[in-house]
Amino acid sequence: MRIFLSLLTMLVTAALCFIFDTKQVLPAPLGKLLSPQHGVWQNAEPVHQDFSADISFPQLKNKVDVYFDERLVPHIFAEEENDAYFVQGYLHAKFRLWQMELQCFAAAGRASEIIGEKAIDHDKEFRRLGMVYAAENTLAEMEKNPAIKAECDAYTAGVNAYIETLTQSSLPLEYKLIGYFPEKWSNLKSALFLKYMSYDLAAHENDFEMTNARSYFKPDVFHKLFPAQPDSLDPIIPRGTHYATPSVDVHAPVNMDSINFSGEAVAMNQLSKPDRENGSNNWAVAGSKTKSGKPILCNDPHLGLNLPSLWYEMQIHTPQFNAYGVTFPGAPSIVIGYNDSCAWGVTNGGRDVRDYYEIQFRDDSHKEYFFNNNWEKTNFRIEKIKVAGKPDVMDTVAYTIFGPVMYDRNFGVKRNTTNKSFAVRWKAHDPSNELLTFNLLNRAKNYEDYLTAVMNMQTPGQNFAFASKSGDIAMRTQGFFPAKWKEQGDYLMNGTDSTFLWRGIIPQTEVPTQFNPERGFISSANQHPADSTYPYYLGRDYPTMRGFIINRMLTGMNNISPENMMQMQTSNYNVFAELAKPAFVKYFERQKFNSKEIQYWDILLQWNLSNDIDARGATIIDVIWKNLFESVYEDEYAKAPKPVAYPLQTTLLEAMLRDSSYIFTDDISTTAVETWNDMMVAAYKKSLPVLDSITRAGKLEWGKYKDTRVNHLTKLDAFSRLHLPIGGGSNIINATRDTHGPSWRMIVHLNNETEAYGVYPGGQSGNPGSRFYDQFIDQWAAGKYYKLWMMNTTEISSQHIIAKMQLHP
Amino acid sequence: MKFIISLILIALISFALCTVFPWWSIAPAAFLVSVLIPQKASVAFLSGFLALFILWGGYAFYISNINDHILAHKISVLILKNDQPFVLIAITALIGGLVAGLPAFAGSLLRKPSFPNNPSI
Repeated sequence: MRIFLSLLTMLVTAALCFIFDTKQVLPAPLGKLLSPQHGVWQNAEPVHQDFSADISFPQLKNKVDVYFDERLVPHIFAEEENDAYFVQGYLHAKFRLWQMELQCFAAAGRASEIIGEKAIDHDKEFRRLGMVYAAENTLAEMEKNPAIKAECDAYTAGVNAYIETLTQSSLPLEYKLIGYFPEKWSNLKSALFLKYMSYDLAAHENDFEMTNARSYFKPDVFHKLFPAQPDSLDPIIPRGTHYATPSVDVHAPVNMDSINFSGEAVAMNQLSKPDRENGSNNWAVAGSKTKSGKPILCNDPHLGLNLPSLWYEMQIHTPQFNAYGVTFPGAPSIVIGYNDSCAWGVTNGGRDVRDYYEIQFRDDSHKEYFFNNNWEKTNFRIEKIKVAGKPDVMDTVAYTIFGPVMYDRNFGVKRNTTNKSFAVRWKAHDPSNELLTFNLLNRAKNYEDYLTAVMNMQTPGQNFAFASKSGDIAMRTQGFFPAKWKEQGDYLMNGTDSTFLWRGIIPQTEVPTQFNPERGFISSANQHPADSTYPYYLGRDYPTMRGFIINRMLTGMNNISPENMMQMQTSNYNVFAELAKPAFVKYFERQKFNSKEIQYWDILLQWNLSNDIDARGATIIDVIWKNLFESVYEDEYAKAPKPVAYPLQTTLLEAMLRDSSYIFTDDISTTAVETWNDMMVAAYKKSLPVLDSITRAGKLEWGKYKDTRVNHLTKLDAFSRLHLPIGGGSNIINATRDTHGPSWRMIVHLNNETEAYGVYPGGQSGNPGSRFYDQFIDQWAAGKYYKLWMMNTTEISSQHIIAKMQLHP
Repeated sequence: MKFIISLILIALISFALCTVFPWWSIAPAAFLVSVLIPQKASVAFLSGFLALFILWGGYAFYISNINDHILAHKISVLILKNDQPFVLIAITALIGGLVAGLPAFAGSLLRKPSFPNNPSI
């Protein structure tokens, strides 16, 4: 009996161990996770953790000292440049390994391996877009350069040196929660990370939507919906700049419209897209406009706001250079920052470098396609998508002269394009060496060095702002962009011959650049790089409002101090509302509403046009505007094929300001001819119940209505920061929306002794159990900055240092 | 006295095994100790249970305390859907206690009942 009871108890014990070790019964392996020696408790970092260490790495050539300041920013002092990249890789891994690897898995179309079948669509899309193909091409080009090869090898070795130390108990928290173990790092993974940035910043297009819009609307209607350039445009390189005759022929083929555009709509579900507002601000003011007489450079790149942050702050000091700024966990070098001679910052170029060509396959095997009167052979890339807990998913992607056939009948239920096949031509597929840009910028001493450095940046195209201690400022709308004729690539193109191929890349000598302009400042905010006299087609999908207000503010400012720049960078002034409000007032008929209904209108009238946290007017105009947009266009769009492109917000705004008899104000479903007045009444009427319910929820204040949050990459609330008190929004310099906004704010005053400020919405540690995880978020939300410390070797006993890591061979 | 000794032994061996082996090595540790040190089955259970309840609960509390409970707040929201760091510590202790108490019980049953009188505690 005792033996039987003993065996039974053992069995129960074994069952308990199984239950607490796996996800079979409970949703989480609670024993494994809560064992204080193995599980998540090990990730609870003591608040007074000492990060000091003395570690030997045979991979190092010489000793490296790392000083951590009170914000856990490492200051790396290396005797050998490549040792610095080794340590950069080691520190990125130590503090950010999980996000680095996750981003690479996502880039490579391997997310299903980690999160299971819900990521299959994502993985298919990324593989069909040719992300790994692109990364391989870039890697081959990078490794042709011995310096960059050595840099990447050292970085990879550093990441792997950290991964090799990992045990179950020292694994980053997310690995434990999801239940997997990191792979070795490789140079290809750094290349994949860079391609992920290309996807985020240089993969935006509306070709299917525009094709459908153009097939549906009559030409005159279409051109009113999608004008070539907005009137309010204040381009990056100012109007009136002279441009040379283009060296690449940009005359459209004579038969363009008939072949380029078949007039047939393409039905499909195009789901995920990089954020249209992945934008940014940068500007630099010359000494002529500053109090000190020295330039000030400012930059705030707007991206998805996540924890752990995309950015990791760092100083790298080697005999060759000394640079400070933010880095990408996943790649070597300082990406945005400054050195002892100059500062640089970027905004996204936003040009369309992703086009589609319709492919005529010979038969269903997709082995051959018709091109220039021949049957050309495709190359197949077999994609095996591993799925956690499920069988592998296989996909075959045919590669053509244009690129991979992304959309065809095999894509999957949601993306099938029935009988048509489209290959994607994406500039990011081409060999390039973007890391060389940052390698050279880190050591740039002057304008010439800066130019040499940035000219290696092919994709994503970036507007590089520059300022130097010698007093120069510059802006270059950098990138390797296809030389397009007007509207080339706005729609799906015919791929049966070479007529519609990109004819070439705009030569670097013809890239709009501005050096020490008379107006005393340079700036960019993702608007058109140049005016319509620039000979190459630039596309039309650019936001214009931030550029407009930045230039207006800078024009009016003199005697500028870094504090003025902070106020400007965190300004909530809504210039879009400034323009829209008078038009609203012009067409609004007050008498049509009762005293209760009119209360929102009265709040709007008294609003100071600033999207501050407590501004109710900002919420009201946002709601009315959305309803106005809908009222004006919904009747025309009611029967349009999906997906379809909609006009830009600025198109409606400009129509309202300049066109008192805009054709779209007429509701085509009625016999009467409606006017702007009718649209305003309709929009306000539709807004009332919405505003009432927002008021009831206590969310009429802009900050509450907008509800900014910084999500953990898993979107788990427990690891995210919710309901942040911060103003700003679209079309505003402080471009903070709900989950998107200034991902790093930096101000560098190139005075005799450089004075720099910065802040990002995150923290240096990626570990949710560390006090450094979200340390900067409140400071960022409050619009405050940290003084950046470019440490020098005489300051090794500074009170700012909380730990010293000594690394040696 | 036996109770105290087996409690301490279970805790020590569990801790040592867990530095190398998976978390569930606390079960064989408790089993082994209660096979070696004869006790009444109920007392053996208690020694195993308390050993790990105290070890895991105490260790988790120690870690969490010097962490200002930053992580415990977040994990309790995640797992318990409630911001209860101390409940998370209690659950940790309970799991440790159960997974060690039961094998201690099983182990003691394998010994002949050689102590008909009241065991010394």
